[in-house]
Amino acid sequence: MFRNLRDSLTRTRQSVFGQIVNVLGAGDIDEETWEDLEALLIQADMGVPTTLELVENLRERVNNEGLYRADQLTEALKDELRAMLDDQPEFSMEKPRQLTVVMIVGVNGSGKTTTIGKLAHYYKKRGKKVMMVAGDTFRAAAIDQLKIWSDRADVPIVAGQPDGDPAAIIYDGIRATRGRGYDLLLIDTAGRLHTKYNLMQEIEKIYRVCRQSVHAAPHEVLLVLDAPTGQNALVQATKFKDSVHVTGVVLTKLDSTAKGGMVFAIYKELGLPVRFIGTGEKIDDIAPFDADQFVEGLFEA
Amino acid sequence: MFESLGNRLQTVFENLQRRGKLTEADVDTAMREVRLALLEADVNFKVVKEFVKRVRERSVGHEVMRSLTPGQQVVKIVHEELIQTLGEPGRLNLGMQSPAIIMLVGLQGSGKTTTAAKLALHLRRDGRRPLLVAADVYRPAAIDQLETLGRQLDVPVYSEGPGANPPRLAQKAVRFATEQGLTTVIIDTAGRLNIDEKMMDEIKSIRDNVRPIETLLIADAMTGQEAVRVASDFDKAVDLTGLIMTKIDGDARGGAAISMREVTDVPIKFLATGEKLDAFEVFHPDRMASRILGMGDVLTLIEKAQTEMDEEDARQASEKLLSGEFTLEDFLKQMQQIKRLGPIGQLMEMIPGMNRMAGDVDLSNAESEMGRIEAIIRSMTLEERRNPRILKASRKRRVASGSGTSVQDVNALLKQFREMQRVMKQFKQGRGNRGIANLFGGFR
Repeated sequence: MFRNLRDSLTRTRQSVFGQIVNVLGAGDIDEETWEDLEALLIQADMGVPTTLELVENLRERVNNEGLYRADQLTEALKDELRAMLDDQPEFSMEKPRQLTVVMIVGVNGSGKTTTIGKLAHYYKKRGKKVMMVAGDTFRAAAIDQLKIWSDRADVPIVAGQPDGDPAAIIYDGIRATRGRGYDLLLIDTAGRLHTKYNLMQEIEKIYRVCRQSVHAAPHEVLLVLDAPTGQNALVQATKFKDSVHVTGVVLTKLDSTAKGGMVFAIYKELGLPVRFIGTGEKIDDIAPFDADQFVEGLFEA
Repeated sequence: MFESLGNRLQTVFENLQRRGKLTEADVDTAMREVRLALLEADVNFKVVKEFVKRVRERSVGHEVMRSLTPGQQVVKIVHEELIQTLGEPGRLNLGMQSPAIIMLVGLQGSGKTTTAAKLALHLRRDGRRPLLVAADVYRPAAIDQLETLGRQLDVPVYSEGPGANPPRLAQKAVRFATEQGLTTVIIDTAGRLNIDEKMMDEIKSIRDNVRPIETLLIADAMTGQEAVRVASDFDKAVDLTGLIMTKIDGDARGGAAISMREVTDVPIKFLATGEKLDAFEVFHPDRMASRILGMGDVLTLIEKAQTEMDEEDARQASEKLLSGEFTLEDFLKQMQQIKRLGPIGQLMEMIPGMNRMAGDVDLSNAESEMGRIEAIIRSMTLEERRNPRILKASRKRRVASGSGTSVQDVNALLKQFREMQRVMKQFKQGRGNRGIANLFGGFR
C-alpha cells in the first residue's frame, strides 16, 4: 500500500520538489534562492497566497535562527509544510456504528466513480460489509461504470434507471443497506460544477435525504479532487463545503506529475484534511493519507 | 468564467486610470499585479514571465506616454497581448480526403468522451457525416457511454469488446467509415497520463495506423501549473493540431488555456461550455481576451440572440413598445425569448460591466422571479393580457390562485408593467428612440 504512495510521490519529487532539493541543496542562501523557491512552490500549485506566506515564514526563520546554507532551508521548509498539515481532525468514517453513510462528491471527471470502487474494495478487505449506490443517473453509462466496479470489488450495488431521481435511488440504497444488515454505504453522485445552481440544489437534497434517514448521516462527505487541478480546487472545496458540509478530501491522479499543492491551502483555509490518495487505475491504487509521509516523500532523495 | 482574472486586472487598471500620466513606476506596479493575477489564474509561471515582459516593454515605451489616457493604453496592450498569446480563432482543418480523421487525446477525466459526442453534433450541423469510434477499451463502461451518446444524437458508433486492440480497432473503424460513406471519423481514446510510456506509445500507434488530420488535446480548464507539461508531452508524442478546453462553464480562471497554447503553439479550437451536448463553441481569442479583461462578451451574446430569437418578433415588439401599445402578452413573449438564450447568470457574464455583479447577485432569485411573472401572465385571459385595466378584484383573485401566487404579487406585476409603459412613452416623446430600438430590434 505504501509502495504506491512512495512510487507516486517519487514521481512528484522528481518533477518539482526534486528541483527544490537541487535548488536548495548547495551553496548559500541568496536572493536567487528565494526567487527559485517561490517559483517552485507556485509550480507545485501551492497558490500565490500560500507561497508568499511560506516564503515569508522561511525568511523570518533564516533571520531568527541564523540559517545560511541552502540545505538548512530544505529542513525548515519541510517543517513549515508539516506544520501546515498539523492537527488533522479525527476520521469519523472508521468509528464503530451500525451504519456509516459516506457521500462522494466533486466536479466532473475528478474520479468519483473510480474512487468508490477502490474504497469499497479497501473497506471490504478490512471487514466492513460494504454496499454502494449509483447516484449518478445523469452521465451516460455512469451506472454501468459503477456496476463494473461493484463486480470487481465484489460488493452489492443499488442502482436505478438512467435519468431517475438520484435522491430517490439513494433513499432506496439506504433502506437496502439497513434491511440487509450492511454497515457501510458509499454513495456515488454525478459530477457537477460548483457553479451550477440547480445541480448544487440537487446534491443538497441528497444530503438531506441522508440526514433524515440515518442518525448523524452522512458521516463523511468526501470531495474528490484531482491533483492536476489548479487553484480552482480551493473554490470547489469552499462551495461544496458550504452546500453539503464536506468533511474531507480524496486526492486522485497522484500518479501523474501533478503535485496536488492546493491541499495545503484547502486544509489551512477550510480545515478539510486529505483522507485518501488515489494513485492509479487499479482497484488497489488507493492509500490513506499520511501528512508526514506526504511531506517527507516530497523531498526523499 | 475568467472573471477573477478580469476583476483583478480591472482593479489594477481602475487605479491606473485615475492618474493623468504613467510613470515607469506605475507600470511596474501594474505589472506586479498583472503577474500575480495571471499566476492566480493558473497561468504557468514561465509563461507569465514572458507575457509580463512583453507587456512591460510595450507599456513603458513612448506609445503609452504619448497617449492621452495612459491607463486605457495599458489595458489595450494587455488585451492585445492576450489575444496574441491565445492565438488565432480556432478552425478545424479537415482537408479534402474522406473520411477525415480526428483523434482526441488527453488525461483521465478531461472530458474526451463527452467532447467526442459534442464534436460529432457540431460537425453534423456543418453537413458532415460523423462516425464515433470507441477506442477507450480500459475505463469501465467507456464504450457504453459513447454508445449511449451516439444513440442520443443518432450518430453511428464503431466499437468492439473491452479486450480490443485500440490501434487495430481504429484502422477497422476507418475502413468501416469508408464503406458506409461516412465523411468524418472521431476517435475517442482512453484517458492517459502523459508520463505513462506504454499508453503514450499506444496513441502513437493509433496515429501511425490511421494518420489523423486533426489530433486534438482535450484539456480541463481547471488545470493548474501542470498544464504546460501535459500539453508539451502530448505534443511531442503525437504532434497536436489543436486544443479543446472543457468545463469552461465553471469559474476556474482558465490560465491553462494561455499556458497550453503558448507551449504547444497549436490553436485552441473549441470550448466546451456545459453538460448539454450542444454546449460547444468555436474559440474566439478576441472574445476570450475581452472576457479576461472584464470587457464582456457582447459578440457571443449577439450571436446567441441571432440563433435563438425570432427577428420578426423582436422587431414587432420594439415597435409596439415604442408606440406604447406594448401588452402583457408581448412582455411574456420577450421573456420567453430571453429565457431561450440560457440561464440568466450566463447571460449576465457576457454583458460588459455585469460580469462583476453576476457573482454577487443571487441569480436563482431572478430565475424564479421570472418564472412567477410568467405564471401570473399565463393565468390571464388573452383579453386581460391585452388590456390589464379590466383586472379588478375578482379577476385578480382568480389569476392569483391560478398562478399559485397572491393578489399582492399580481398587483406588483401590474404596477411594474404600468411603470414600464409610462417610461416607454416618455422615451418616445423625449430623446428619440434609437436606444430602445437597439435594445429589442438591434440583434441583427
